Amino acid sequence: MTKQVQQLDRVIIRFAGDSGDGMQLTGDRFTQETASFGNDLSTLPNFPAEIRAPAGTLPGVSSFQLHFADHDILTPGDAPDVLVAMNPAALKANIGDLPRGGDLIVNTDEFTKRNLAKVGYDSNPLEDGSLSEYRVHALPLTSMTVEALAGFDITKKDAERAKNMFALGLLSWLYHRPTEGTLAFLERKFAKKPEIMKANIAAFQAGWNYGETTETFSVQYEVKPAAQPAGLYRNITGNMALAYGLVAAGVRSGLPVFLGSYPITPASDILHELSKHKRFGVRTFQAEDEIAAIGAALGASFGGSLGVTTTSGPGVALKSETIGLAVATELPLVIVDVQRAGPSTGMPTKTEQADLLQVMFGRNGEAPVPVVAPRSPSDCFDAALEAARIAIKYRTPVVLLSDGYLANGSEPWRIPDVESLPKIDPGFAVPGQEDFAPFRRDPETLARPWAIPGTAGLEHRIGGLEKSDVTGNISYDPENHDTMVRLRQAKIDGIASDIAPVEVDDPSGRARVLVIGWGCTYGSIAAAVRELRANGRHVAHAHLRHLNPFPANLGEVLRSYDKVVVPEINLGQLALLLRAKYLVDVIGYNRMRGLPFTSEELAGVIQDVIDSE
Amino acid sequence: MSEQLNGTSAGALSLVPKTDVKQTAKDFKTDQEVRWCPGCGDYAILAAVQSFLPELGLRRENICFISGIGCSSRFPYYMNTYGFHSIHGRAPAIATGLATSRPDLSVWVVTGDGDALSIGGNHLIHALRRNVNLKILLFNNRIYGLTKGQYSPTSEVGKITKSTPMGSLDTPFNPISLAIGAEGTFVARTLDSDRKHLQSVLRAAAQHKGTALVEIYQNCNIFNDGAFEPLKDPAVREDVTIRLEHGEPIVFGADRSKGLRRSASGGLEVVNVADVDPSEIVVHDAHNPDPSLAFALSRLDSPAFEHTPIGIFRQVQRPSYDELMRAQIEEAVEHEGPGDLAALLASGDTWRID
Repeated sequence: MTKQVQQLDRVIIRFAGDSGDGMQLTGDRFTQETASFGNDLSTLPNFPAEIRAPAGTLPGVSSFQLHFADHDILTPGDAPDVLVAMNPAALKANIGDLPRGGDLIVNTDEFTKRNLAKVGYDSNPLEDGSLSEYRVHALPLTSMTVEALAGFDITKKDAERAKNMFALGLLSWLYHRPTEGTLAFLERKFAKKPEIMKANIAAFQAGWNYGETTETFSVQYEVKPAAQPAGLYRNITGNMALAYGLVAAGVRSGLPVFLGSYPITPASDILHELSKHKRFGVRTFQAEDEIAAIGAALGASFGGSLGVTTTSGPGVALKSETIGLAVATELPLVIVDVQRAGPSTGMPTKTEQADLLQVMFGRNGEAPVPVVAPRSPSDCFDAALEAARIAIKYRTPVVLLSDGYLANGSEPWRIPDVESLPKIDPGFAVPGQEDFAPFRRDPETLARPWAIPGTAGLEHRIGGLEKSDVTGNISYDPENHDTMVRLRQAKIDGIASDIAPVEVDDPSGRARVLVIGWGCTYGSIAAAVRELRANGRHVAHAHLRHLNPFPANLGEVLRSYDKVVVPEINLGQLALLLRAKYLVDVIGYNRMRGLPFTSEELAGVIQDVIDSE
Repeated sequence: MSEQLNGTSAGALSLVPKTDVKQTAKDFKTDQEVRWCPGCGDYAILAAVQSFLPELGLRRENICFISGIGCSSRFPYYMNTYGFHSIHGRAPAIATGLATSRPDLSVWVVTGDGDALSIGGNHLIHALRRNVNLKILLFNNRIYGLTKGQYSPTSEVGKITKSTPMGSLDTPFNPISLAIGAEGTFVARTLDSDRKHLQSVLRAAAQHKGTALVEIYQNCNIFNDGAFEPLKDPAVREDVTIRLEHGEPIVFGADRSKGLRRSASGGLEVVNVADVDPSEIVVHDAHNPDPSLAFALSRLDSPAFEHTPIGIFRQVQRPSYDELMRAQIEEAVEHEGPGDLAALLASGDTWRID
């Protein structure tokens, strides 16, 4: 049967189900198919912290949203066009986000009395007319899967579990996705369980064939590949890109990478990834706690490795004292904070930007630390390299501020040419160096020498006690302390001349309102700004890579606009810094829902500011 | 450095470069004024370490001393080697990173009873179980000295101090029992005032592959003077000190009239040698994989100083953590080839846009 094919320029699909339903895997596979087809894309996984929350309950709902298009896109999309709900809980938790007229695919097998009651449905929404404003495709996904797998020598439970592959097959058909990648993936994943492998492949194909033959779907959609710069591409998550960036920093500096880490959501995947790359000489040390993790990393840095520790906000709190020690001893160290919603344990799997002030100021004494933030999943690669560059060149701990959305979200990444990556010179002090003193600074960078153990003639002692300028001997001299506090600050401030000035995106040059952000809000802000410009408004956008020190031109940029809007997923932390430093009366927009901003909400906020001009 | 990063170690120091230049204690002294209180036991330990190190024949630049916070932790400033005076309790963690990444170094941790057993207790036990190539010198004076005299986790119950005017309430740690319980492979005790014994223990510790814990009873003459007096008083010390020698029957006393035998409860008891068959006297076996006897020995110092074993309680061979990590890296390189960054970045599903 030949079906009508409708062209779309973009689609947003959300897969939602129980945390045991394999929605993350389904979303990930659909993403890979979409990536290899050549669409631009952006993803938003959203899952509970519990490994298996009680089945069929609202807290147990796991979802994966994917936005793909025939043009470049910036966000995982505000609201889905298509919602796949594998059970009543998934329907209830997500239906509010589906716009009127949206496509809704539901697994009717799970709509039992018991399951409906579990989430507080008094009547079956598939039957009571409450879904009449959507295009509902009510399908018995589980029983169709079980039926399709009747000939396989597998348990009923295993057959039922393959329903996500049936759904994936159906959606793959609906959107014309290439299937080779998924078939190869299933062959790899279940290589040791051939019967399960065949069953999953059969379920996937049954889903595809069902789409083709059923009359439920009269239209098949097509989203053409996006025009993107030439090159080799892959899809990549933020945590993966960050881990690759650290490996690259090791290769480009010639230093062995030493990662000290303690498992914590949402940063653990960086530890997992780096532990696979031993052949690069990467050492990964799973420590007894967050403090030991950074301690070991600092010890490795003392010995001439690129010391790295990865964590989230609660871990940073525990590491504060050692970050202070790294400031005092002036050793290179990269501290990765994959932020999550706080305070305290907060919402471990949900995103937030509320650690900025913690990493800026959460230490005793004057302890300045450079802060670098990536803006998108793939940008985590470049940001990691930049953090390592600053740490090594300036002999300082550097905080790399990612977050849960960047960490787990993904997008296509044009794989860079290795030779184009920055080279980092460790510049170790060498044996017999004349005039060596552990705190004799480079006049330009103010960095001290890095003389590692094993270097003959340069034996010296460092520590957390205040040191005498140049010699590094313990000193309680009042004037010396004042000098040293200022020198440490001046060294970090001076990095401003070694980083790119902030760029302003203001195509018309007529904007009077500047929107400035940092980190994961890049996509939402850029999409909002694009929408406003399409509606005839003038607005400028700047996004900060460096939060400490700020780029040298930032004050001038801020002062050249009538109004400055600062959207942040916190209560105004960057806004506080900008006001304090530049005396500019910025306007904050702040929401903390554990989710990225939607571009629609930002467009509304920014438009109000523009229109109030 | 890279040359030494390959290869596997046989002993603790096999990968540490040696020197042909004759060293003396003076070579290990710095120009910094030593600032412990006059009469502090730390002076004796410093002198013992400085005069012992030359016999190892290691290049000075390949020796590191790492400390935490406390009186003892000033130690690195006085050693003309590489040194790191870190933060309270964290020296084992920092040293773990250093020793794991640099097999060409001899890494020593200097710590105290508060530093190692209170604020840093977690790092100490995990370093011991991992068996990282570290030598931990735990100066135990059973008091907080640097903060001016509060009780410590090794102070006896009922200790009257500034923070416990009616006596301390908590049961102390026995560092030897703790280290054995934490899967320590080398656990020893010695005394600040007995240089010969101290150096003999250091000698064995330095050669031990993995984590060596050396508890050094150290007198704080300001806040806890005389804490170890029975072990130092010539009139009684031979009667209360049990000198452990591997392979030797455990007998002690000025006239070697007392010995140890297994008790009915499963521990050890002191007997008059003359009263029992010689075969009942326990022979010390520090190399025994079963730590039960070493643990029983560690319990003999209670009640305090009635009889106190010193020497090496336990000395067993287990691969060190850093060695195992190096082996994994070598295995990965051997099986997959050295890392190729371009290939890594382009791994997984890729597509080309022209």
